[in-house]
Amino acid sequence: MNLVTNNKWIGQRTIRPDGMDKVTGRAQFAADTTMPGMIWGKVLRSPHPHARIRSIDTSKAEKLPGVKAVVTSKDIVDFPIDKGAVMLGIQDMRWMCRNVMARDKALFPGHPVAAVAATTEAIAAEACKLIEVDYEVLPWSIEIEDAIKPDASVLHEFNKWEGKPSNIAGRLEHKKGDIAEGFKQADVVIERTFTTRPVHQGYIEPHACLISVAPDGKTTIWSSSQGQFMVRAMTSMLTGIPQSDIRAIPAEIGGGFGGKTIVYLEPVATMLAKKSGRPVKMVMTREEVMRATGPTSGSRSTVKIGAKKDGTIVAAHGTFYLQAGAFPGSPIRGAAGCSFTPYDIPNLLSEGFDVCSNRSKVAAYRAPGAPIGAYAVECVMDEVAEALKMDPLDFRLKNAAKEGTKAAHGPTFPRIGYIETVEAAKNSPHYAAPLGKGPAGTLRGRGVASGFWFNAGGESSAQVNITEDGNVVVTTGHPDIGGSRAGIANICAELLGIDYKRVSVIIGDTQTIGFSNLTGGSRVLFASAMVVTQSAEKVIQTLRERAAKIWNIDPEAVKWDQGAAHPVSPNAGQFEPLTLKELAEKAPAMGGPIGAGVQLNTAGADGGFGTHVCDVEIDTDLGIARVIRYTAVQDVGRAIHPGYVEGQLQGGVAQGIGWALNEEYIYNKDGKVDNPGFLDYRMPVCSDLPMIDCIMVEVPNPKHPQGVKGVGEVPLVPVMAAVASAIYNALGIRFYSLPMSPPKISAALDANVKQAAE
Amino acid sequence: MAKIHVTTTINGEPMEYLCEPNDTMLDALRGPLGLTGSKEGCSSGDCGACSITVDDRLVCSCLMLAAEAEGHELRTIEGLADGEKLHPLQQKFLEQAALQCGICTSGMLIASDALLRRNPNPSEEEVRFWLAGNLCRCTGYDKIVRAVMETAAEMRDGIKEAAQ
Repeated sequence: MNLVTNNKWIGQRTIRPDGMDKVTGRAQFAADTTMPGMIWGKVLRSPHPHARIRSIDTSKAEKLPGVKAVVTSKDIVDFPIDKGAVMLGIQDMRWMCRNVMARDKALFPGHPVAAVAATTEAIAAEACKLIEVDYEVLPWSIEIEDAIKPDASVLHEFNKWEGKPSNIAGRLEHKKGDIAEGFKQADVVIERTFTTRPVHQGYIEPHACLISVAPDGKTTIWSSSQGQFMVRAMTSMLTGIPQSDIRAIPAEIGGGFGGKTIVYLEPVATMLAKKSGRPVKMVMTREEVMRATGPTSGSRSTVKIGAKKDGTIVAAHGTFYLQAGAFPGSPIRGAAGCSFTPYDIPNLLSEGFDVCSNRSKVAAYRAPGAPIGAYAVECVMDEVAEALKMDPLDFRLKNAAKEGTKAAHGPTFPRIGYIETVEAAKNSPHYAAPLGKGPAGTLRGRGVASGFWFNAGGESSAQVNITEDGNVVVTTGHPDIGGSRAGIANICAELLGIDYKRVSVIIGDTQTIGFSNLTGGSRVLFASAMVVTQSAEKVIQTLRERAAKIWNIDPEAVKWDQGAAHPVSPNAGQFEPLTLKELAEKAPAMGGPIGAGVQLNTAGADGGFGTHVCDVEIDTDLGIARVIRYTAVQDVGRAIHPGYVEGQLQGGVAQGIGWALNEEYIYNKDGKVDNPGFLDYRMPVCSDLPMIDCIMVEVPNPKHPQGVKGVGEVPLVPVMAAVASAIYNALGIRFYSLPMSPPKISAALDANVKQAAE
Repeated sequence: MAKIHVTTTINGEPMEYLCEPNDTMLDALRGPLGLTGSKEGCSSGDCGACSITVDDRLVCSCLMLAAEAEGHELRTIEGLADGEKLHPLQQKFLEQAALQCGICTSGMLIASDALLRRNPNPSEEEVRFWLAGNLCRCTGYDKIVRAVMETAAEMRDGIKEAAQ
C-alpha cells in the first residue's frame, strides 16, 4: 500500500468536527433528548449479593396512578443456559439476558429485578418500592480467594471445574518452550504475587436512553454507547424485535473506556415502551452506574521470571486470576496474552483463570486485562533488573521483542516499534534529568515500565458523498470517543486535496450506514481510515472519469491533484483543471451524483507498545504519593491528528495513576459497594496530576494506507507498574497490592520505622 | 403540592419557570428551560459537569434548588459565547484539543471563565486547584490547564493592547 508522504492535512492539529457543538453546549448526549408523550423508567435492583428469586409481585406497583408499564425477566427473551452459548462478539447472550434482568437468581447488589415506567421519575421510583420480591438469601463471595475456596457458594451450578460445580469459569494459556528447563538455566529467579482492586471506567456521563416503539413495532433508540450496531443487535435479541425495525441513533458519548460496549437499559426501556405505548426515558444515577455497570476485574497474579547473569530472560511463568463478576467472561485474554509480549522469552507459560463472584458483571476497561497483568510482570522485571544490577531500560532492551519474534499468543511480529519506545524513553529529557530533592519530609523516586495491547481491526463501513456544491460528507458507523472524526477529516481532506473544513464527518445511525463493529480495541481510526480511504479513492476515480469525459480523453490520462482533475501530462492534452466544485456542478449532466461506500472486515492491525517514565514524591508523614513528572512514550504508527493522539496517551496515564494510587471498590460486610460515588471513589482531579509529557514514536503500520496503529489502550497498560517502581525507588518498599493509597503507604512506613526501632 | 413560580435572569435574558420545591437548579435548566448544555454526572456536587455561575459565583447547579434562583442572575454554557463570537476559552479549547468526549467541557469552561474573571494571571497550581472540582476522565487535564493558561495570557495581552 502507498504511504502518504509530504502531507498537508495528515499530522495537522485541525479543529475537531464535533468541537463547536461541545464548547457551546449544543452537543446532544444520551440524556439530552426528549420525545412527545415521553415517560420515565426506573429499575428495581436487588439489595442482596446472592439470592434466589422465589417470586415477584408487581400488582401494587401496577395500580399506582401514573404507572404505565412494569417489566420483569418474563418480558426479556430467555437464552437457556443448557442450550449452549449464543455469542454476539465476545458477549454470550445467555449472560446478557440475565444481566439486564435477573431471572432465577440475583447475583450482585444492584442486579435489576424489575423495572417501571411512569409519568414522572418520582412515581416510577415510588412504584419500584411497591414491588414485592420474595428472596431466598444465599451465601456469597466477592473476593477471588473466597470465590475459589472448595466450599464457596457457587453462582452457577452448571459451571463445572475439575468435575465439580465451581466459580472458576474458564482457563486460558499461552505457552512457548519448556519453563521447567528454562528456569534451570537462570542465575536469578524472582517470583511475586500481586493483587489489584476492581476499578471503574469512570465515564462522567451515566448510561441513559430514550426509546420509542410504534404500534407497528418500529423502534427508535436514542442512546450513547460504544456501538449503535451492538445496541441494535442486543436489543433485538433480548426483545425479539427484528433488527430491520430498530433504528439505533448514536448520541454523543460522554466517555466509555470499554464500559459502554454492552447494553444495560436499552432492552428494558424498549419493553417498557412497547408495553406502555409511550416513549420511555431512562437515566442511571451515579450510584447505579457504580453498583451495576463495569467495573473491571479485581485480580490476583503470580509472576516468576528467570534470567541469566548477562540479563537474558530464559523463562517466565504468569498466573492471572481475574474476577468476572456475576457471569463468566473476565478479560483473561488481555492479562495472559499481553503481559509478557514486549519481551522475547524462549520459555513461557502464561495462564489466566476466569472467576465468577457476587459483584457486577465485569465490563471492558481500556486494554481489558492487560494493565492488570503488566502491573505484575513489569514490577518483577524491575526486581530482576535490580538483582542483576542492570538499568531497567537496558534490561528491557536486552530482551525486547522485535521483527521476527514469535509472541506466545501466536503472531510472529512484523516490523514493530517496541525497541524505539525504550530507546526514546532512555534518551528523553526526563530520564536524563536528576530526580532532585523535594521539601523536607518527602522522598522522591523514579520508575519505568512497558506495555503492549493487541489492537484490532474488524468490520467497518463508510460512505463518502460529494455534495451538489462540491464539498464532502463522510459518514461512518462507529461512535467517536477520542477524536476519530478529526482523524477522518484529515485523511479525507488529504486524499481529495481540499481544505479539511470542506469535509463534514458524521456518525450514521444503524439504518443509514452499513454495519460497523464497536468502538473498542483501539480499532476505530485504523478501520475507518481504511474504508474511508477506499471510498475516497473510488470517488476520485469517478471524478477522473468525469473529467476525462468532459475533455474527451482517456481516464488514465487524468490525475487528481490539489482538489482538481488535471491532464497527467501535456501529451494528454491542454486543459484547464476541473475542480471538485466544477465537477460537482456538472454531475447531474455527466452521469449523476458522486459518492462511494465501502464495507470491509479490516485486517492488519498491528499491536501497540509503550514505555513510561514516572517520578513520584512521597510525603512520609501523610503517606501521600504524588506523581510529579510523567513521560509516556508510544509507538503510534502514524499520528493522523497529533493533538488527539497525545490526548489518548495523557488520558490513559491519568486513569492509570488513579488505579495505582487511589481508585478501588470497597465492599462492606453485607457485600455492597460502600463507595458508589465520586466523593469516595477517588478519581484523579486536576490538582492531583502534573503535565503529562508525550513522545510519539512513529513506526508506520505497513498494512495500513496511512500507517495507522491503534493508540487508545496502550497508554493505560504500563502505568501502575511505573508508579509502583517509582515508589519502591523512593522508599525501598515494594507494594504488591493496589491501590498504593495513603493508609497503605503510611502503614508500610510505620512498620519500617517500628522494625528499625526494634 | 403546588409548583413554585420563579422569576430570574439566565444568560442576560429574563426567564420564568415553574418547579417542584425539591427540584434542583439543574433539573430546571435541563427540563422546563431546555438548557441541556449543563450536564448531570453525579448529582452530588463532585463532578462539576453542571457548573454555572449565580451572580458571578461558581456553583454546582445540582446542589442548588431551582426555587433559589429567584431574583438572581445565572450564567450557563449557552451564554458563554457572544452570539457567533466564541469566548476566548472556547476557541482555545478547540485549538488545543482540550476536550475529547465533551461531557465535562461545559462545566470546565464555566469554571475556567469564573477563575479568569477573578484572577487574570493564575499560576498552573492555581488553575489546577480551581478546576479540582471539575472531573475529566478523558484528557488527564494537561491540555485543559494549558488552554486556560494560554487564554489568560492572551486576554491579558489583549487588555494591554486595548489600553495602549
